[in-house]
Formats: sequence, C-alpha cells, structure tokens
Amino acid sequence: MSELRHRVAKETESTLQQQPSEDKTSDSELKAEKDGVSDSESKVDSGIPEVPVSADDTPEVLNKALSGLSSRWKNWWVRGLFTLAMITFFFFIIYLGPMVLMMIVLCVQIKCFHEIIMIGYSVYHSYDLPWFRTLSWYFLLCVNYFFYGETVTDYFFTLVQREEPLRILSKYHRFISFALYLTGFCMFVLSLVKKHYRLQFYMFGWTHVTLLIVVTQSHLIIHNLFEGMIWFIVPISCVICNDIMAYMFGFFFGRTPLIKLSPKKTWEGFIGGFFATIVFGIVLSYFMSGYRYFVCPVEFNNDSNSFQVDCQPPELFQLQEYTLPSVLESVTGWTTVHLYPFQIHSVALSSFASIMGPFGGFFASGFKRAFKIKDFANTIPGHGGIMDRFDCQYLMATFVNVYIASFIRGPNPSKVIQQLLALRPDQQLHIFNSLKAHLVEKGLLPALEGAAA
Amino acid sequence: MTELRRRGGGDPDSTDNISDREAGGDDRPDLPGDAEGEGDVDSKADTPDVPLSTADTDNTPECLNKALEGLPPRWKNYWIRGVLSLAMISGFFLIIYMGPIALIFVVMCVQIKCFQEIITIGYRVYHSYHLPWFRTLSWYFLVCVNYFFYGETVADYFGALVQREEPLKFLARYHRFISFALYLAGFCMFVLSLVKKHYRLQFYMFAWTHVTLLIVVTQSHLVIQNLFEGMIWFIVPISIVICNDIMAYLFGFFFGRTPLIKLSPKKTWEGFIGGYFGTVVFGFILAFLLSQFQHFVCPVEFNSETNSFAVECEPSDIFVVQEYTLPAVLQNTLRWKTVNLYPFQIHSIFLSSFASLIGPFGGFFASGFKRAFKIKDFANTIPGHGGIMDRFDCQYLMATFVHVYITSFIRGPNPSKVLQQLLKLQPEQQLNIFHSLHAHLRDRGMLAPEA
Repeated sequence: MSELRHRVAKETESTLQQQPSEDKTSDSELKAEKDGVSDSESKVDSGIPEVPVSADDTPEVLNKALSGLSSRWKNWWVRGLFTLAMITFFFFIIYLGPMVLMMIVLCVQIKCFHEIIMIGYSVYHSYDLPWFRTLSWYFLLCVNYFFYGETVTDYFFTLVQREEPLRILSKYHRFISFALYLTGFCMFVLSLVKKHYRLQFYMFGWTHVTLLIVVTQSHLIIHNLFEGMIWFIVPISCVICNDIMAYMFGFFFGRTPLIKLSPKKTWEGFIGGFFATIVFGIVLSYFMSGYRYFVCPVEFNNDSNSFQVDCQPPELFQLQEYTLPSVLESVTGWTTVHLYPFQIHSVALSSFASIMGPFGGFFASGFKRAFKIKDFANTIPGHGGIMDRFDCQYLMATFVNVYIASFIRGPNPSKVIQQLLALRPDQQLHIFNSLKAHLVEKGLLPALEGAAA
Repeated sequence: MTELRRRGGGDPDSTDNISDREAGGDDRPDLPGDAEGEGDVDSKADTPDVPLSTADTDNTPECLNKALEGLPPRWKNYWIRGVLSLAMISGFFLIIYMGPIALIFVVMCVQIKCFQEIITIGYRVYHSYHLPWFRTLSWYFLVCVNYFFYGETVADYFGALVQREEPLKFLARYHRFISFALYLAGFCMFVLSLVKKHYRLQFYMFAWTHVTLLIVVTQSHLVIQNLFEGMIWFIVPISIVICNDIMAYLFGFFFGRTPLIKLSPKKTWEGFIGGYFGTVVFGFILAFLLSQFQHFVCPVEFNSETNSFAVECEPSDIFVVQEYTLPAVLQNTLRWKTVNLYPFQIHSIFLSSFASLIGPFGGFFASGFKRAFKIKDFANTIPGHGGIMDRFDCQYLMATFVHVYITSFIRGPNPSKVLQQLLKLQPEQQLNIFHSLHAHLRDRGMLAPEA
C-alpha cells in the first residue's frame, strides 16, 4: 500500500534540478574525506540519493492517448489501467496452473531482491565495491537452492528417489547447501578491502536481511500453494481488495488521519476496508470452494510427470450446516445457514489482511522515508516497483503458512515416510508397533492375531 | 581467534581526542541542507571511532595487579592472559562435570551476553542509546526468538513431559502460532515507535538486532541440539577450537614468519599449518579418551519418571572400537597390520580439519568487523581477552558445521519426533503409512511373513 504519487510535471522538473546540485555537494565532500567510509555515509545525507525513480516511465502509447487530460487525471487513468492489467494477469496465471505460478513467484522474488539491493547500493554508493554484486547474487542462489531443495525433496519424493544424482543431492542436501554458503562467507572475508570494511559489512548485513525477508517468505508462499491453490489466491486477493477498498472508503469518507507515518491513510478507510474485505473474502471463498482445481493439494504425478490437482475435497471444503446464534436468527429470519468451513477461516484471513497487513505497508513507508526514496523502483508505471505492490503480501504469506500449520493440516505424509525410512531398523520396528497399537485402539485396524510381529 | 592485544602502550590517545570532538558535535545544530535531522546522526556515525569504549579501559582485578606489580607491562599482560585462560578452561571442566542442565544454562547465559555485547556496539556506533523503545524492543525480540527455539527443542525432547501437563500441551500444539503472534506484536511496536527524525537509525538498529539474532541465537540453539546428541559432540568441537587457537599462537610465536592475511597481521602461515596438525592430533587423542565413557557418548534423554536427565544407553556403532586395516603405505612405515580405533576418531579428524581451516575465517570476520567499527574488543568482560564474543567468534561456525555434519552423516531423524508426527496425521494417511511400513519391514526380514 503506497501513498498516491503525484506525478505532476513540476515535481519531476524539480528533481532533475536537484541532481546537478547533488553532484556539487558530493564533489566537495570527496575533497574532505579521509576515510572511504565517512565519504559514503556523508554523501548519503545530501538530499535525495541518486536512485533514478522519479522519471516518468509511462509508455508512449498511453501518453498519446491521454494527452488531452490534465496531469492529475492522467495519473489516475495510468494507475487504474495498470491495476486492471495486473489483476487480469493474475487471473491468467492462475489459469495456467501451479508450475507457472511457481515460476512467477520465483521471478517476483528475484525482482524484489534486486530492487532492495539496488537501494542499498544507492544509499551506500557501493555499486563498485569489489565482488559485492557477485556475492549478493551468489547468496541469493545459495538460499534459494537450500529452500527449493527442501521443497522438492518433500513434494517430488518419488521422482527424487528414482534418479540417482538427485538422490545423492537430496540425501546430503543440508551439507551441500552449508558448504555453498560457507564458500560465499569465505569469499566475503577474503574480499574485505582496507578502506571499505564498514561498507562491506553494511552490504553483507543488508543482503542477509533482504534474503531473510524476501526469500523465506516467497518460499512460504509456495508451500501455501502446494496446500491448495485456494490458499494462495484468497490471501493475495484479500490483501489487494483491502488496498482498493481502503483507498475507496478513504477517498469518499476519509477524514481522520490514521498514523503520522502515512498521512494519506484515514481511520474511515481502515475500518471500511476491514468490513469490505471480510465480505469479499467470504464471497470469494464461497465461489472457489466449489472447484476441485482450487481446493485440492497440488501433487506431482510420477507416471505422467506433471502436476495434478485432483482429490476428494477435504472436510474444510464441504458444505456444512451451521446453526445461527439467536441474535442473527431474529435479524435475518434464517435458522441455519449452509457454509463451507473454509469461509469461517477466510474471516480470520481477511481480518489479518486488514489489520496487520497495513503494518507491512507502514514498515515499507518508513523504510522509504528513512532512505528518502519515493518508490522502490520504477518497474510499473503509476505504481512504482514490484516491492511497492508486494509489501503487504509478505506478512500475509507468513501468517497463512503459520495458520495452516497450526490449525489446518498436520505434517506432510510423504515427508514422514521419508523420515521413517531413514531410521534404523530397530527404531522402525518400534514405531511400527506403536503405530499398530494406536490404530487398533482407534478401531481402524482389526486386532490382528499375532502373525505380523 | 583474536590478535594479541597490546595493553602496554598502544594507541588509546586517538580514542580520547575523537570522543571529545564527538561530544562537542552532539551540541551542534543540524547540518545545513538536511531537513530531517538525520544527516546529523549519520555524520556522527561515520566519525572514525566509537567513543568511550569500555573495551579500552583496564579491567584487571586489583589482586592480580598487586601480585604482578614488579613485572614490566608486557609480561604482566602475558601472565594475565595465561591466568585467565587457565581459569576459563577450569570453568569449562567444572560445568561439564555438573551435567547437561548446567551446560544448557551456561550456553544460554553466553548467548545473552554475546547478544548484549553486539547490541551495545550497535548503540555506540549509531549513538542510538536513547532511541525511544529500542532497548526494550531488542530484548523483546531476543526473548521471542529464544521462546520459539526453546519451544521447538522442548517439544522434541521432553515429549512425554509435555503431553502430561495440560497448559504445556496447549502451548506445544499451537507453538508456532503463539511465537509468530509474539513476534508480530514486536514488529507492530517497532512500526508504531518510528519517530520522524530517527527513521533511518531505527531501521538500522532493527536490522542490526535481527542479524545479531540470526548469528547468535540460532547457533546457540544448534549448540544445544548437538549437546542433546551426546556431550561428546559438544565437548570435542569446543576443545578443538580452543586447542587450535592455542596451537596456532604457539607455533606462530616460535616459528612464525610469513603473514597469513592482511586483515590480521599477526597471523602467520607457520602458525596456521602447525595449528592444523597439532589440532588434528589433539582431536584424535581427545576423541579416544572420551569415547570410552557412557556419560559423554550417550544421547541426553529426559527420564519422565525421575524427572531428570539420564545419560545411559548402549553406545552406538561409532563409539565401539573397530578394527581397521591400514593402507599399505602406513603398514610399511609402522609395521602394524591393523589398528583398533573408534570410528568417532575418524570423524574427529574431519571436525579438526574444519576447525583449523575454516574456523579462522570466523575469526577474520570478527576482526574485520572490529576494524570496520574501529573497536579494539567487543567488550571488556574478561581481563586480557576482551568480551565473551571475542572468545566465541570461532565457535559459531563450528557449532553450525557440527550440527550439519551430524544430521547429514551420523544420525537419522529423531524417532520420537517421527512418531509424534505420525500420530498427528489423518487416520487414512496413518493406515497408508502403516501398510507401506509393514511391507518395507517384511521385505527386510524384520517381520515374520504373514500367513
């Protein structure tokens, strides 16, 4: 969620004017520096850093079409158009299926990482630090390798067991990932240069925090996706809806400011967005729970070597009858109502999106103010960078993952089998007997008379 | 591994001059051209030294000072270092003797102290000691992350105890959710505490706290997990790193000639290589000595009946003496055909190699960090040695390596954890797994074939 950006022409001009004066200040500071470190840090304060964000990036064709309108309306049209374009694209990739979704998540993650690292370079003027660009991308690769390896081993278990090189890679996966990370660490230590110690440590810290935020959470998104595409679509849609609804309510009814950090947010927008998002969430989950394509866990079919989404829908996605509490009964005149249990969960998801999601946006706003940038980048005209669109999504992805792990599903059965087979035979026997006793107790197994151990 | 610190003369003068300048700088108005007052803070941050570092004041206890009055400063320094080294090693033996609970407790204290040292450096670097809320938030995040990790460990190893007590069962079941909620509360507090003039500083401290947590807390938990695997997996790595430190220093002192790396000018190649061989031999011998005792070798388990830790078991294969045929080369030189070794001794060679070859990089990282922020030591807790972090900087990489080594090459998953997960699955999935396991065990001949 980002504030309205005024792309009025005069602001662009004033930024361009500031840039020559910026160069002058940096020159004079260069003369005064003794230590390379103080130079970069004092350059940081001289007004807006050289992140080239504020140039107008709208495609020519749009510019021509909207040439008649005043700048403010033009801005709205551009934003509106791109919002629609992004939403359409979202529907399109859902249609294309899980593989494409994973690819898109990976691309978004790489782009977000790139944007944040670029900001770090601009803030610290460290673009030319020896090795540093290589090392940042290397660490990104390492961490992704580690996470994708864990996911692949879980979900593609049979495929991995079949192919010999994959089996070795998966058996020693942690060790290999650690060795790769260590190599990067040693490269970093060996690349420390006398004048630039502090800067290099800053960039090292910056890279790691970015990895922590961006990469781990994109993998949580993929875990959610494998749980069932509905766990991917509904949270993202709730956050987008909250964005739009809060903006609309704020536009029409907004009066009381919400937080000093984002002066354009209002309490009316916040509360209106909350209720609207809950309603939207309930309606959306009602529609989606009917289709197996969205509801079933994504599984990899070894025989056809492709993803399939076919199953018996779990209880969560079957219509059940709920008795309304008497209050609602008198109001609506219904005694019972048919709901999917998932719709009740969606209320929890929508509440989180409306109440906590904005904190992710405030965090990003604070970050942009701290480093005096208008947008993370200029990828999407009218909206800024990819990070600008996704800043609220990150908290949401983690929440959904924790929610699923705590309240919905148990552990992944194929992972449990894997671990079972890795145990020693006597431990396996012990577990076998405990499991047998447990199943017999629950009445799932007839009490066998003795033959099997 | 840290360089010799000269407490004789050194260059403390520059520190004093700069701290005066900075104290004056605090009263100056904001730098021109900066509307938000943050430029002031950043220029303070880039002045070369961290003011009033307690690491530079002499912290030796009075009694030691009196006893060593007669000697020149350099020898006094050596004596202090030597005495404190012996004291620390004795302390180490004492807590090993006291058992697993004391060890866990000590690890926790060390972790808290290291965290405090690094955060204090951050405060000094950024002059942010008086930032609203920030001290509270840093400690809050430490508590959160520790709660998360201890919860995961406790739920694993104390499974029976947890299932018994009702509140513990509830906490264990929703552990991730509760930890996440606690963390989120801290995150929201951070966002609400952002103050107009101090945005950048607050983000820096936020990031500093998180990176410190990542380094210090996660690895102290890996140390505890290694400990539960068997106390030998805790004692041998730590001893090897300490030994490498001492051996590299001694070899460097007697034979040192060629500098190793620009970052630490007192390290030499002779010390490095001598330390490597010395450590391998030491690890080999130590592994032999410790592998004989059940107290060190058995996994630490919590006995639900006696409500205490028990270290008793049938030693696993790697701690049982086996006969190895020497390769022909060694046979000719030593005239032995076979040799009786514990397999663990072979593993100890790998651990020693890592400690000698890669461990120093942890030390170089810490040296680079201290040079970057222009501090002499992390703190001044141990006279002659600096802070706790100074002693433990090489240990961190080692702890992670040992943990990864154990999970990759030594043990499989924890059987009680697997059983726990099994019992949480849906009944149909349990049946499925039951049948697969049945078939698997039957194939292996562990079960009599069904009639």
